[in-house]
Amino acid sequence: MSWIVGLLLITGAFFAFVAALGVNRLPDFYMRMHAATKAGAFGASLLLVASAIHFGSMRAVITALLIIGFFYLTTPIAAQTLAQVAYRKKVPLWDKTGRDQLAEDEKED
Amino acid sequence: MESEFAVYFDELGTPLAIATLIGSLFLLAAFGLALVRIIKGPTAFDRIVALDLIGGICLCAMIFFAVHFDQQVLMDAAFAIALVSFIGTVAFARYLGGGEQ
Repeated sequence: MSWIVGLLLITGAFFAFVAALGVNRLPDFYMRMHAATKAGAFGASLLLVASAIHFGSMRAVITALLIIGFFYLTTPIAAQTLAQVAYRKKVPLWDKTGRDQLAEDEKED
Repeated sequence: MESEFAVYFDELGTPLAIATLIGSLFLLAAFGLALVRIIKGPTAFDRIVALDLIGGICLCAMIFFAVHFDQQVLMDAAFAIALVSFIGTVAFARYLGGGEQ
């Protein structure tokens, strides 16, 4: 059982590391936000599953499920709010970005 | 004092201890990378995203503490961190929006 917990711990921490790597290396604010929210939430949920297996009690399982649910509910909301404000404030896109569909839609309206 | 260290050395070879060590090194590297982005981020939005990620990394570190020291209470601390991190990010976004919406 401790092998499963250890494997989940390493995998979750690795996903948190990938999220930070994306935040550090990607060229654009929007891409950075995409890396931080998706990979970060997935890594945290893997770690929570690991801790739920490790403790094995009802309380730990419920706490872990609560945190996972809360995390997956709130991370997209925070990211969407932030991206909306950033787009309105005209944070520049990467100069190699192919198309800006939101700008095209707003031009059509 | 000495006996506590002896316990840790006994547990040093178990798979859980090795996984905790490797995982904490990953988390430390992630923390450093996010901190670099906070220092050099061109706009305030980049800094907020990195700060949000650091909140998530703190949550991960809290779970590592909970598993390593067998303290189930620390999972509640992780829940509190998740809550505060979300509220902080949304508050920062609204503040930078300037109340135009």
